[in-house]
Amino acid sequence: MVVLFVAPFALNPGASYSGSDDQGGELIEQIQTGYKPWIQPWWQPPSSEIQSLLFSVQAALGALIIGYYIGVFKAGSGVMKADSKSKSQSEATGT
Amino acid sequence: MHIMEGFLPSPWWEIWWAIAIPPVAYGIYKTTKLAKAYPETKPLLAIAGAFILVLSSLKLPSVTGSCSHPTGTGIAVVLFGPWITSVLSIIVLVFQATFLAHGGFTTMGANDFSMGIAGPILGYLVWRACKIAGTRGSISMFLTAALADLFTYVITGIQLAIVFQGAGGFMDSLLKFEAVYAVTQIPLSIGEGILSVLMYDFLVKYRGDLLKQIRSIAAPTETVMPRLGGETR
Repeated sequence: MVVLFVAPFALNPGASYSGSDDQGGELIEQIQTGYKPWIQPWWQPPSSEIQSLLFSVQAALGALIIGYYIGVFKAGSGVMKADSKSKSQSEATGT
Repeated sequence: MHIMEGFLPSPWWEIWWAIAIPPVAYGIYKTTKLAKAYPETKPLLAIAGAFILVLSSLKLPSVTGSCSHPTGTGIAVVLFGPWITSVLSIIVLVFQATFLAHGGFTTMGANDFSMGIAGPILGYLVWRACKIAGTRGSISMFLTAALADLFTYVITGIQLAIVFQGAGGFMDSLLKFEAVYAVTQIPLSIGEGILSVLMYDFLVKYRGDLLKQIRSIAAPTETVMPRLGGETR
């Protein structure tokens, strides 16, 4: 996977790496010159750094949720293992 | 990708909203029904939604020399089916339109159609086909996630090509848009497939029992021909 996402930089050293969203917008401009979006987003991040920050926040939020429940599931299975272990122990010793 | 705010003129943005609302409404109904019948699925719903949240936030470079985002809908589809996935997707879209100016509210109908409905439906069909063919769960998951991701972008290209036809007409426009979107997306969809397999393996290992209970198509089944269309009670 690392190769997948590092390869672009090796194969395309001079490329601009602009987002495909922006490229879509440029393409629309090319196809239909003079097209102006008829409405603007209600709020836009003041700079691309802020936008990157907000994307990071989004990723962190999602990762937090996933990580939390991974922990819950693993702990849950640990409890079940301990339960069944003590059950079989008590069965074996007859207590 | 997400079509940006204001880039779908009337009547198109209304049309896509009208197309998207019934599946999402049905998805909301299914989600509430599922959560009521099986409250233990709430963590799974959260994980599936969070997976979409994380993956669609990642701006990743592609061999074409530009960047794009994966979608993350593969897990949600195999766990819960396309209708619930459309709901999880639209939540993420609202988040992104509100806080990131990524996508938009007018274009959300079209964006949820590509990412939350069409992509997942294709993913669902791919999964079913894999199961009939008898392929292993991990491989099925990879194909489902990767193809759903790719198809989402193919649909976005179609949506834009319909509106912006230019001098060359629809096909010419379509080829141009797909060259930007679909080709760029190929390495990303492969990456998404791999990530989805990792998550899928984990979920089946730890919650395979619950998945079987809710008749999720992700649940490991003994038979090769699972029941079609029946995922939840």
